Amino acid sequence: MEMLKVKNLSISFGGLHAVDSFSITVNKGELYGLIGPNGAGKTTVFNLLTGVYKPDMGQIFLDGENITGLSPVEINKAGIARTFQNIRLFRNLSVLDNVKIGLHNIYKYSTIAGILRLPSYFRTERQMNEKAYEILEVFGLEKEADNLSANLPYGKQRKLEIARALATNPKLLLLDEPAAGMNPAETEELMETITLIRKKYDVTILLIEHDMKLVAGICEKIFVLNFGTELANGRPQEVLNNPEVIKAYLGE
Amino acid sequence: MKAKLLKINKSTRSVILTVGMILVAYIVCQSLIATGNMSNLLQNLLISMCYYSIMAVSLNLTVGILGELSLGHAGFMCIGAFTGAIFSKCTVDSIPNTFIRFTLAILIGALAAGIFGIIIGIVVLRLKGDYLAIVTLAFGEIIKNVLNVLYIGYDSKGIHFSMKDAVSLNLEKDGAVLVKGAQGITGTPRNATFTVGVVLLILTYLIVVNLVYSRSGRAIMAIRDNYIAAESVGINITKFKILAFSISAALAGMAGVLYSHNIATVQSSKFGYNLSIMILVFVVLGGMGNLRGSIIAAVLLTLLPEYLRFLRDYRMLIYAIVLIVMMLYNWSPACIAWRSKYSQKMHIRKGAAQKKSEKEV
Repeated sequence: MEMLKVKNLSISFGGLHAVDSFSITVNKGELYGLIGPNGAGKTTVFNLLTGVYKPDMGQIFLDGENITGLSPVEINKAGIARTFQNIRLFRNLSVLDNVKIGLHNIYKYSTIAGILRLPSYFRTERQMNEKAYEILEVFGLEKEADNLSANLPYGKQRKLEIARALATNPKLLLLDEPAAGMNPAETEELMETITLIRKKYDVTILLIEHDMKLVAGICEKIFVLNFGTELANGRPQEVLNNPEVIKAYLGE
Repeated sequence: MKAKLLKINKSTRSVILTVGMILVAYIVCQSLIATGNMSNLLQNLLISMCYYSIMAVSLNLTVGILGELSLGHAGFMCIGAFTGAIFSKCTVDSIPNTFIRFTLAILIGALAAGIFGIIIGIVVLRLKGDYLAIVTLAFGEIIKNVLNVLYIGYDSKGIHFSMKDAVSLNLEKDGAVLVKGAQGITGTPRNATFTVGVVLLILTYLIVVNLVYSRSGRAIMAIRDNYIAAESVGINITKFKILAFSISAALAGMAGVLYSHNIATVQSSKFGYNLSIMILVFVVLGGMGNLRGSIIAAVLLTLLPEYLRFLRDYRMLIYAIVLIVMMLYNWSPACIAWRSKYSQKMHIRKGAAQKKSEKEV
């Protein structure tokens, strides 16, 4: 069962072919790693998948549905959620509110109901709070719910970003360097959390990561990107022992 | 579960505190008037305090909550003032009930300003930061200057418009001129009272505060904090920007209606750049996103110039210095640190006193 199918995705900025004929198939429930040297185009792939950039060529299918060229909002509604390499939280809002903003399109009531405090406001807000606390508990953030998200320590900010993305109830979760800047203990904990959310939320994950311990430890398949094109693709052991990958990225 | 209850209480407590503060101020003022202890000068200021507070709260929605700097807020007040006044003048005979007529005038003024807010918002909100500020400034001036040369009159044939002068309206003998260009509108029924002003202020405050603590308000604040992340979780940026901007404009229109029903002559020249900046000063001084602060700042800064009148020529100079000092006290890091240290000391002392009293019991 294919969750994400990308065919010949390409984009250039000026004369630079940032992503060139990128094709990948991610099956439902899989955990796919996207690795490659700096500037290989990994984040550009994420930006193409989430509609931040419009591709020059190629097609993207999510769960059989063509989502090429849709806006970021429509793509999120279609079922892709993401985190960012440089953390992008709603810094002046509480941890709880960050997750509740993720629930924006899941639990709805009108602006008028909010201003007039109609019964639907109280009912839906209660449901939102319950759901948000449930998600926060998975990440061990429930005690921080009322704190300002900007005041969280770095590792917890990264977790909150994943929690917010999960709140939109995605089919496919894109994690952009979730372990960046974490110490080994935090990375270990993050690996456990990722394993847990896969089980609990039945979500397919595509992640960019430089931490080879994490990639080799939890990814079921790995895609190596170099100069915007595929260098290798397959099971971790095959890919990580591939001489070309070692030469271009891992180092001898 | 406990934490959830606490959270709801926290925001509700803040709302109760603010509304209570307004009501206490209202009761104090009313009893001072009743006992004859309030000067005429101050009595005349009461209603203007209300509409300036409404303006400050509504601008705070754009500047503090949505995070976009608007320099044309007076333009929306102007639209509200004129539509409200025209409506009241036209219907003064057909709707004899003051309450109904004034309520309708307020609604129509707010609606007209809100519609302008949507139209201008669609154009303006494509821009960001400084560019947006400059374009809102331009729109504010356009509204002011168009109304400055606009003549409107009506007779048995209907309503006539002109941009030249009253004669070119070609009115019949029974006709009357409603809006006389730079002279504006005269003879609007003076229905605005302090009570109405306070009711509208509380209404404005509740609308904005309820919006902020709702799903739409969170979406608006998410856009302010990080629009790329907001898009990535499926928030329609354009929709919520225009929503916030038009609600803000509609509330400014309401303040305008209050203004035009408080004053003998409404002239568009009063709604210039200076007024927009003055309202912005209230918002900045009261704190971006802090609605209660906006109200307090608006009230204090409306009173201040009047009480500085004895300084004559030095009045605006001292006003400026007081502004700078207040700004420093509120926002300079050194002052914030000093105040938090001081309030901590107070807390410790309070805590110690409490423990002592508990022991004694």
